[in-house]
Amino acid sequence: MARPVANVSAMGVAKTSFSPLAVRGPSWDGRFTVLILFLPPALLLFTLFVVLPIGEAAWYSGFNWNGFGKPTNWIGFDNYRFVLETRAFWLALRNNGLIIAVSLAVQLPLALTLALMLAERFRGAVALRMLFFMPYILAEIATGLIFSFVYDGDYGLVASIWRSFGAEPPHLLASTDTAMLAVLIVVVWKYFGFHMMLFIAALQGLDKSLIEAARIDGATRSQALRHVVIPLLYPTIRLSVFFAIVGSLQLFDLVMPLTRGGPADSSNTMVSFLYNNGISRMRVGYGSAIGVILFAICVTFAFTYKRWFMRDE
Amino acid sequence: MRLLGKLGLAAAACLLLASAAAADTTVKWLHIEVNPAQVKIWEEVARAYEASHPGVKVEMQFLENEAYKAKLPTILQSKDRPNIIYSWAGGVLKAQIEAGVLDDITDQVKGYSDSLTPAALAAFTSNGRVYGLPTALSQVGFLCNKELMAKAKVDPAGIKNWDDLLAAVKALKAAGVTPIVVGGADKWPLHFYWTHLAVRIGGKAAFEAALRGEDGGFAGETFQKAGELFKQLVDLQPFQNGFLGFKNPQAVGYFGDGKAAMTLAISTVYHLQRALAADKVGLSDDKICWFDFPVVAGGKGAPTDTLGGITGWLTTKGSPKEAVDFLKYFVSKEVQTRLAAGNFIIPVVQGADAGLNNSFMKLIAANLAKSNYHQDFYDQSLGPSVGRVVNDVTAEIAGGSMSPQEAAKAIEAARKQGN
Repeated sequence: MARPVANVSAMGVAKTSFSPLAVRGPSWDGRFTVLILFLPPALLLFTLFVVLPIGEAAWYSGFNWNGFGKPTNWIGFDNYRFVLETRAFWLALRNNGLIIAVSLAVQLPLALTLALMLAERFRGAVALRMLFFMPYILAEIATGLIFSFVYDGDYGLVASIWRSFGAEPPHLLASTDTAMLAVLIVVVWKYFGFHMMLFIAALQGLDKSLIEAARIDGATRSQALRHVVIPLLYPTIRLSVFFAIVGSLQLFDLVMPLTRGGPADSSNTMVSFLYNNGISRMRVGYGSAIGVILFAICVTFAFTYKRWFMRDE
Repeated sequence: MRLLGKLGLAAAACLLLASAAAADTTVKWLHIEVNPAQVKIWEEVARAYEASHPGVKVEMQFLENEAYKAKLPTILQSKDRPNIIYSWAGGVLKAQIEAGVLDDITDQVKGYSDSLTPAALAAFTSNGRVYGLPTALSQVGFLCNKELMAKAKVDPAGIKNWDDLLAAVKALKAAGVTPIVVGGADKWPLHFYWTHLAVRIGGKAAFEAALRGEDGGFAGETFQKAGELFKQLVDLQPFQNGFLGFKNPQAVGYFGDGKAAMTLAISTVYHLQRALAADKVGLSDDKICWFDFPVVAGGKGAPTDTLGGITGWLTTKGSPKEAVDFLKYFVSKEVQTRLAAGNFIIPVVQGADAGLNNSFMKLIAANLAKSNYHQDFYDQSLGPSVGRVVNDVTAEIAGGSMSPQEAAKAIEAARKQGN
């Protein structure tokens, strides 16, 4: 398929550094020396900070352990059984699914639309881009705090809007029906700017001659968009989808200041569920089991996605 | 020669410095207190101790309540752990003792420990060995706003049993007053209802039987009934709008602002509501009232039984002996009297309650003295894994997402899984 010539997205960078086919080294000998020199430190760090902690979590997940002293009470796979029997875990899983769905169905289209509008050079384009990108710069924890004030049913912005219509304001974060919705709105608000920036970068790297050629051939603006621009953006869209899904699976630091997963576990994500059980309750074995399950889901997704959708990236 | 002399001088200076450093002992003291007035007194106590004990330095460290609970296991296993840590006794203390991360201070406090209220010391004793010193007691009960109660023509002194409370809630609602404020997002303020009902219904015997797994454990009749009565209250919708989204400090402030008639709270809230009220003034003593948690018809618990906290300090494994020495000084009659006079604590050192100069604090001290069964908060006494489930399920009953029977079963399931 057609690939943008000067793709400046992260994808382009990834291609040159990881794909062996893309980089042709001068000779096997030279590459071997590089391998000998650079692989051991990387491998060591990877083992220390990635493989060992994961292995440790898997090991702990076999114990009924509260984090004090050494784990001794081996219970095999019981922790996994307990996790899968917990209603709150399935709720958390469902919520992660919801976040993914909203990210894909609302956030990315919104980001793409804005990117198409703002990629062109006009007065104020840069200012608008920065404005939309701003939420992404803000720390998650601060965002959560700010929105917990915005949503406050007594003093918040939402409450005053509601009152201006003469209605009794709702406490969005305090109801099992609306808490998750409130979290989802913040998720979209916080991250659409990031995807928009990715799309803008990709759009600016597009080969303009292809679009011009299409226009000369008689394509309307929307036809050129549909048949030329969007297909040229596919690599970036695929990357965006990947980021959105992995980010959604790991969502935690927005949820804690907003709802801490409540009320009644209705807005837990898998990570906040892990934290509430593994850390707050000091059920380290149980928490480790949740962590391993989450890790398995993420890895399975990442590899499958890479295999199916990003094969030729 | 001159060079040698200089070198010698430098070496001597180094040695002197090193030996001076070796003579110094630092006692690291980790606390969670947020009241600046109280921390100020603690600082003064620490400096006074340093002045009378040359070579000892007391270093205060602070962690916020929830962060402290979350980090505790890691902190205790670190080489750089603090020497003195805060404790609510109960299940967490038991786990710490079993893991061997605490110092047994029985011998060091021999003789001295007789000056402490026996029940308070017992909370920090396990198998006859002392692992910490208590510092304060508290009682859970209803704080009320006299003006709002009068507006609905409810006499707080007349609320003696559960039905009286339900009637009071109805009267307050009819008068257009929010009956009760609660910090439901923190969950534990809601567990007071369920726990105190269980204390009233089953008394000490039921709790101890449940701990042993007898009579159906926490799925037994007492605890189901506690949930059912709590549900009766919840069904009247007594709480402020959006109570499940309120954190405890917010709720306390709300009460201090005079926006709700009652709050079921720890006795310390009597003073805390001033600091957390929007105007930092809160309710003055003449506007605030108190009544004990109502009794339940046919309940086995005595009306004098109390629910509350027993808090204190532990010394971690391998701490210098100065740590215990400082604790003994901190929990001495002199310091306790001073803290009592500031209305910060109900003291645990015998005789220190003479310092109490506020009628409310005196009342609580008298209540605790009368109590034959002082139940430590369930979320503390049952340990983190079961206690937090108690918090969860009470919040779920309040939110209507769990039935009292399911709640009782969930706690029993957690007890069986245990840790």
